[in-house]
Amino acid sequence: MTDHLDTFRLDAAPMPDAHGRFGDYGGSWIPEVLVPVAGRIVEGWSAARTDPAFLQEFVGMCRSFVGRPTPLQVAPRLTAHAGGAQLLLKREDLAHTGAHKINNALGQVLLARRLGVKRVIAETGAGQHGVATATACALLDMPCVVYMGSHDIERQHPNVLRMELLGAEVRPVDEGQRTLTDAVSAAIRDWVADPDGTYYLLGSAVGMHPFPTMVRDLQSVIGHEARAQSLELLGGELPSVVVACVGGGSNAIGTFMPFAGDGAVELRGAEAAGDGIDTPRHSASVAAGSIGVLHGARTMLIQDDDGQVLPTHSISAGLDYPGVGPEHAQLAATGRATYTGVTDDEAMAALQLTCRLEGIIPAVESAHAISLALDIAAGRPASDTVLVTVSGRGDKDLATIMQYRAAHGVTSMNFADAGDDHHPAPGAPHVYA
Amino acid sequence: MSTRDLRAAFAAAAADGRAALVPYLVCGHPDADTTVHLVLEAAAAGADVIELGVPFSDPLADGETIRNATRVALDAGMSVAGCLDVVRRVRAAGATLPIVLMGYVNPLARYGVERFCADAAAAGVDGLIVPDMPLEESGELLAAAGSVELGVTFLVTPVTGGARIAQLAAASTGFLYCVATTGTTGARADVASSTVELLDRVRNLAGDTPFAVGFGVSTPEHVAELAPHADGVIVGSALVALVERDAASLAGRIGELVAATAVVGVR
Repeated sequence: MTDHLDTFRLDAAPMPDAHGRFGDYGGSWIPEVLVPVAGRIVEGWSAARTDPAFLQEFVGMCRSFVGRPTPLQVAPRLTAHAGGAQLLLKREDLAHTGAHKINNALGQVLLARRLGVKRVIAETGAGQHGVATATACALLDMPCVVYMGSHDIERQHPNVLRMELLGAEVRPVDEGQRTLTDAVSAAIRDWVADPDGTYYLLGSAVGMHPFPTMVRDLQSVIGHEARAQSLELLGGELPSVVVACVGGGSNAIGTFMPFAGDGAVELRGAEAAGDGIDTPRHSASVAAGSIGVLHGARTMLIQDDDGQVLPTHSISAGLDYPGVGPEHAQLAATGRATYTGVTDDEAMAALQLTCRLEGIIPAVESAHAISLALDIAAGRPASDTVLVTVSGRGDKDLATIMQYRAAHGVTSMNFADAGDDHHPAPGAPHVYA
Repeated sequence: MSTRDLRAAFAAAAADGRAALVPYLVCGHPDADTTVHLVLEAAAAGADVIELGVPFSDPLADGETIRNATRVALDAGMSVAGCLDVVRRVRAAGATLPIVLMGYVNPLARYGVERFCADAAAAGVDGLIVPDMPLEESGELLAAAGSVELGVTFLVTPVTGGARIAQLAAASTGFLYCVATTGTTGARADVASSTVELLDRVRNLAGDTPFAVGFGVSTPEHVAELAPHADGVIVGSALVALVERDAASLAGRIGELVAATAVVGVR
């Protein structure tokens, strides 16, 4: 009986070209001071991804420390609610630290150790990558500094406490919108001050070469497991559609890539549409952005006509980023994957449904994917299967959820459309008492 | 206006027994009219070349002073086209010193690299610095800038290897920019000994490409210390902070900095 991890490979997908480009996207648009260290990371990752000893150590930690493989389960009541295709949940929320981010953090701290650096820095939005990095650094005995926008510190406070408990120093970033993009910029500025002694552990599939590739390779453990588990669960069949949420796009690229060669499997990304893609308040870079360069990569970007990066909005800190991983931009350009905006309200409704129908509190980020998956499933026959990655758990989001409830009034948070007759009538306030 | 004028400015300063003084200002900080006025004052005070920063929302290589000034400029409506307009106004007012624009790649790419180079040259710009465009990504810019005789400046840093310094110097059609320390722009208390080591290394590798040193160079003392080791000295954040605090004293300060560039008898 295999757990599927024994067949996982970090080099299953090819490296991009020497410039780190995925078609027209990607590359390495970096200050000269970072050119030598970026070159060392490219060389380091090229060697590590094909080194059986590195793979063995990574996979060993995935099993013993992360608790992989994470389950793939049927979601019976969400399936019934959608009234169409069968829904499968890939449970990254059950990974240690509560999200997929640990896969990438462990792999990159292992690389940092190979490269002989003295300290690790990271950015975080929702705090999940910060917690994962702090965790991996504690495990592998590496000093750790995490940059986090002060707005995100407010909305994701439990994760700040977690990082500090794990021994990391959390540095608030008070510039710009005080969210993820400002934290990335602050981390890069720290890195340029000491490029030889510091390892910048980027948490998403964004930024300069080789980060989009490295993060994809490490997160592909999600899709690798999910594909093998689907074949088992579905009697040799693959899902009809694979869905994941996309901010920078790390859980999505990791979920998608192992299915990329399966032409019949549709790949669907859920971007944060915030108040709506037709409003200025969203983070849907692929669906509503244009080509630009940010944080070292040419990609789809939310910007104005002058090339200034615009403020973004999402209820989920983890999706609140104006760019997207360059390989997603390429998957969209070639039509291999499609990206759809999911609003704050739609995501929060899906979050409530998942809690009440499946006993799972998903992260607000993941709820965007679940919302899209429910929509897709509703329009398909029962013989189809929609696999959705639940990228993380929602315990970190309780403050956001409470605020949303307060702002919308308790009565709007009814479960009348959950199709569940154990629930009280729409608007019954005692549900929340 | 052209690459030739840019190189001539460095040559003229050297013939004078000086390093060229290159003040940096954020274009549009605090507004376009003030920038036009300050550039003219800087020229009258003896600046050899002016470097104007094109504001960008996410300036990765800049420290707090320039980031804040950039934000002020953007809030006041500055744009890529607005920067070119500032240069046109400076030229119309009679300034002849070379003007170099420093801008991050995204606003330039959005404007269109080829169109930007053509419009910049027509406005009276002599050179370009694009700090997040490494040599490997610069083919399109070099071709577009070359066709209108705009000089392109690449940067070298204390962590840049010898072979690459030579390569970047050779690729620089304007001057070569030596980043004095790792880290972002911003005033610093002292000149690091590693800066002088870098400049002496560059001297041996740059061939006939003039090179200027910047990042953290703040005071006349810093300028005097570095002038014997470089063809030019760039003072940025300290002047941007002065514009913020007391713009009327900028010309006097530039005069002091120019006076500190003398290197007679050293080379």
